[in-house]
Amino acid sequence: MAPALVWLTALMVVPCALVLALAFFRRGIYGGIDYTFTLENFGLVFDPLYAGIFLKSARIAGTATLIAVVIGYAAAYAIAAAPRRWQPVFLFFAVLPFWSNYLIRTYAWIVLLNREGLITQLLRWFGYTGEPPSMLYTEGAVIAGLVYNYLPFVILACYAPLSRLNPELAEASRDLGASAATTFRRVILPLTVPGIAAGAVFVFVLSIGNFVTPALLGGGRFQMIGNLVYDQFLTANDWPFGAALAMALIAIMLLVLMAQALAADRAAGRAAEARGDADG
Amino acid sequence: MSEPRTLLAIDHVSKNFGRVTAVDGISLDIRENEFFALLGPSGCGKTTLLRMLAGFETPSDGRILLDDRDIARIPPNKRPVNLMFQSYALFPHMSVRANVSYGLEMERLPAAEIRSRVDAILATTELVPFADRKPEQLSGGQKQRVALARALVKRPRLLLLDEPLGALDKKLRGAMQLELKRLQHEVGITFVIVTHDQEESLVMADRMAVLKDGRLLQCDTPHAIYEHPTDRFVADFIGVMNFVPGKVSADGVMAANGARIAGKVPAALSPGASAVASVRPERIRLFPSAETANRTTGTVEALAYHGLDLQLHVRTPLSPKSFLVRVTADAADRRPVSSGDQIELGWDAADVRIFAE
Repeated sequence: MAPALVWLTALMVVPCALVLALAFFRRGIYGGIDYTFTLENFGLVFDPLYAGIFLKSARIAGTATLIAVVIGYAAAYAIAAAPRRWQPVFLFFAVLPFWSNYLIRTYAWIVLLNREGLITQLLRWFGYTGEPPSMLYTEGAVIAGLVYNYLPFVILACYAPLSRLNPELAEASRDLGASAATTFRRVILPLTVPGIAAGAVFVFVLSIGNFVTPALLGGGRFQMIGNLVYDQFLTANDWPFGAALAMALIAIMLLVLMAQALAADRAAGRAAEARGDADG
Repeated sequence: MSEPRTLLAIDHVSKNFGRVTAVDGISLDIRENEFFALLGPSGCGKTTLLRMLAGFETPSDGRILLDDRDIARIPPNKRPVNLMFQSYALFPHMSVRANVSYGLEMERLPAAEIRSRVDAILATTELVPFADRKPEQLSGGQKQRVALARALVKRPRLLLLDEPLGALDKKLRGAMQLELKRLQHEVGITFVIVTHDQEESLVMADRMAVLKDGRLLQCDTPHAIYEHPTDRFVADFIGVMNFVPGKVSADGVMAANGARIAGKVPAALSPGASAVASVRPERIRLFPSAETANRTTGTVEALAYHGLDLQLHVRTPLSPKSFLVRVTADAADRRPVSSGDQIELGWDAADVRIFAE
């Protein structure tokens, strides 16, 4: 317990406190920091220009989450339905991209989406002669990159409850007169929601603060909050404002994580209460 | 009295999984309002047969006629047959009431009708106080009743029960055997139960089928199967049987030690063939009269007192395995025996069954 606390203090609490403290000072005239107290930086976070970037980041992260959940759940469902001995093999391949570098995986998308990239060449091969489609440096490219990078998390998170589901539950539903679609909607989906929620929170939190994917696939002027923070620290030299933006981002992530933890806790609490009742 | 109507006809049904034959050409008729048991050791094909009746497996060969209509290829949600799963398979995220209503909602019945039918079945199965509970808040016996109510509320032509009492402890099992029979009478639905417990099928079934290695060995009333097994495996599997190996002689079996066991020899057995003579433990008497057809001496190896009766293990020269003999407590009181005693055993020729070895 004690060593963990030391590590947590040294590596998490102290750096966060330093960044938080930074946010309450003024920017020096030639960069640097002017150590006088102010709340201006936090006010600026709510300026329509920056609030708009927050909203856009949330929208992109939300879209990426939705797509990743749909694809990831379908993949997890297919793996859980495969013969037992093949399941570890399929899971291995689903997680395989994780073993390569995040940057390389993102660069691969540039090769795909380029004006003269693989997709354009493929279209040409099928006889397409018009203008090459502009796919790189768009919001779509950013979303594709985020979905691709975080998909394995969703597959693993959804596979766990799907593989534990008693197959007789689906059979019982069919036996009672439900079609396959109704069985999915009323039995399988509700019982695997915790996995979906865990995977979704993961993708959203990692996406909303991401700055590498928007920088590489969104082009130079494309900005999400992560890029904005990056710019304040390294380009604009406005560390106090960068710190305030970072704090706002952390606050959003904490809210999402807490909401999920609370929901999971409540589900677990209901289950525990139920078991208590049965014992009494 | 007219012959009861056949509800379900299983007609030369086989099921292969790859090269494994799970069910091998079984034909059976199940009658309207019957309590029918499929009995056999694990791996005998009884569960596969049940899953074909429910629609979860399709026969490789043969027909399954329900009310004279072939249902072999109809999906499970489209046949008037319901299955009570061994694991109960209650929906854990739904209350007892929602579990029981589910099947009627699938039939798109009016809400008022669903409500009244669910209320009625909850009352029949004594589940009204638990209607709002989730499955995890129920005991094993309560879960079993919910699974039963959920299947019965659909008023199926045929209710299938897969080892319905397997998950219950011994005492509760005895009570539920009678409860199931009472319910079956009350709702007037044909029950087909799968079990590996021969005692369970003797107690509950009107008729039963004994299966082994995917084949049907015998199908009859429990009494007929117990008293007149047609197969050595059936004789051994149902109840307890004492066997004497030997060779077929003119009017019985000649044991290895030269003793002759008198009994009716089946027509299919020719003299000199290897055979076993058998007799039930309760048909053997201690200290038989001189006229008794079959007599032997033996040494009492062990005694077990069971309240109503006394069970003796007696070593005899007839077979390498010791005989099990059941005598009533009364008889034991009249002439007490103890371990190590030399005693005489006897039984009538009419109580001997002879099978090919």
